[in-house]
Amino acid sequence: MEKIVQLTLSGIANGAIFALVALGFVLIYKSSDVINFAQGELLLIGAYLTYTTVEMIGLWWPLGVIVAVLLAAIIGVLIEQLVLRPLIGEPVISVIMVTIGLSSLLRAIIGGIWGVTPRTAPQFLPRDTITLFGASVGVDRLWAIALALTLFALLTLFFRYSREGIAMRAVADDQQAALSMGISVKKVWAVAWAIAAVTASVGGILLMSIFGGVSGQIARVGLLVFPVVILGGLDSIPGAIVGGLIIGLLQSFAGGYLPPELGMGEVVPFIILLLILLIRPYGLYGQRIIERV
Amino acid sequence: MQSGTFHTSYASDMALRPYWIQRLRIVIVLIALLIFPWFADRYWLNLANTIAIAAIGAIGLNILVGYTGQISIGHGGFLAVGAYTAGLMAVRLDMPMWITIPVASCFTALVGAFFGLPSVRLKGLYLAIATLAAQEIIIWLLTHGKLLGIGESLSLPRAANNLFGMPLADLGNNDFVFYWITVGCLILTVIFVSNLFRSRTGRAFVAIRDQDIAAQVIGVDLFRYKLLAFAASSFFAGLAGALTAHYRGIISWERFTIDTSILYLAMIIIGGLGSVSGSIYGAAFMTLLPALLSNLARAVSGFVPDINAYLPYIQQGAFGLAIILFLIFEPEGIVKMWRNVKDYFRLWPFSY
Repeated sequence: MEKIVQLTLSGIANGAIFALVALGFVLIYKSSDVINFAQGELLLIGAYLTYTTVEMIGLWWPLGVIVAVLLAAIIGVLIEQLVLRPLIGEPVISVIMVTIGLSSLLRAIIGGIWGVTPRTAPQFLPRDTITLFGASVGVDRLWAIALALTLFALLTLFFRYSREGIAMRAVADDQQAALSMGISVKKVWAVAWAIAAVTASVGGILLMSIFGGVSGQIARVGLLVFPVVILGGLDSIPGAIVGGLIIGLLQSFAGGYLPPELGMGEVVPFIILLLILLIRPYGLYGQRIIERV
Repeated sequence: MQSGTFHTSYASDMALRPYWIQRLRIVIVLIALLIFPWFADRYWLNLANTIAIAAIGAIGLNILVGYTGQISIGHGGFLAVGAYTAGLMAVRLDMPMWITIPVASCFTALVGAFFGLPSVRLKGLYLAIATLAAQEIIIWLLTHGKLLGIGESLSLPRAANNLFGMPLADLGNNDFVFYWITVGCLILTVIFVSNLFRSRTGRAFVAIRDQDIAAQVIGVDLFRYKLLAFAASSFFAGLAGALTAHYRGIISWERFTIDTSILYLAMIIIGGLGSVSGSIYGAAFMTLLPALLSNLARAVSGFVPDINAYLPYIQQGAFGLAIILFLIFEPEGIVKMWRNVKDYFRLWPFSY
């Protein structure tokens, strides 16, 4: 019982972070049909910027996080303007490759500035444990879940009521119609990258806090985004959230119950990914417009 | 000089190299390849071997991505299958390389066809993501390979490097002997693949790339030819992997991660998609770029003392930047740049 509660909670916490990262990925895909392989590097940027503002400059941590997230948003917009804008209308492989090249470039820049040795993260989430259903659970995981939920709620409100949010939904729905209604598609793309950078950064910051350190390992989560979005449906925001939670839980249980020397936690998401692609490629909530061969 | 395309027989129309100037170039290249190893030192021989092996792998990937239009991010995994098959055969069964390399290539072709099965239902980016899963699963099998009995790395016995009972060590130093093997394999690969795309099978691949539904309508069995493309592509990946295993003598899974898959994709994008010579240019570019940068770094290390500490990042950044710049400014790759140069001189001085 104790193990189940622990595994469930850590699964949900990881899943919530996956969902955050996947959310940005889905937003970019929905608005501009770009598959972003550099999502993991966006996580790293958020984590390292926070490390810089809080630990190196010494800002009060909420302020440091806000500054870091804003900087990340600016970087997201710059990436869109400089790298992806020239490739509009190019074949899928060009767009995939340019984001791959981008991820390599970003990792080199991050490595050049901060080095590769893992750094101890600033301690801003409380690290004590509380007892829940007879199991001791780290408070930082609960915080991670709460913060992720808050961000989801804010984003839902943004899409529901704000002008930009409605414009983004319009562009995702029908780009031609949105254009003819006077919506600036370019602005929507920029906003999508900014939001993706923000959600990824928050994910990176939460991971940094849970791992207790920041290193290139955080970027691994960028690959896990693929099982999540395929499971949820590549163009579905609720899908990203549900998919994130499912993958997080499965990973946690596979890692906890199957023999640890197998390291099943690493490979289970990708086995699921292959199965989903074979059985139901549009995922749980995606639109069924997969072109069949 | 050549002023147009004039063919008077079907044979000359079908020829791969119809013009004398093209044949002259082939002869010059072949002579250069023959002379090179006698003058080069081990550093350059090593680079040449690396390029030749990479070019074989890149040509393989180009069959799948450039000619058939199926994006694969799993090429590194297939290289690993080839390398480990050859390695395990040499270690466990004491097989010599002239048996292990062909067997490993064929086995990799089978594995590739298996992971090509999702292409029956998927295309475009969904297929790309499926091959990403294949890559991760293969690497997981290797890192948790207690079932296969593989440790962190695998050392091949020196005795395995013999051709028909003749130990390679007797023929000269390792780099020099392998130069003939890798370049020989590369030339065979080039001849085979260039001719493949003049055959029914190759034309079917190109038809699938250009418009799969139309291809099906004119009678191309999509399932069969896509699997065949995966198998052919993986065959050369297996060949490149097996050659790496025997040449280096030691293999570990770190050489075959997703970064390797990306490196090979970058080679064919930068060299030129759907072009055999482009694959070779791309392989050379991607192998020489980091070597050139580290030479540059050594040259300026007197003025910039910290440069060596930053070298890995500079190499990685240059890699990423090269991909981005090529995609933005010359999406058709080096082969197109080379063609532009040739076209300029072909019509010079009356280029209008």
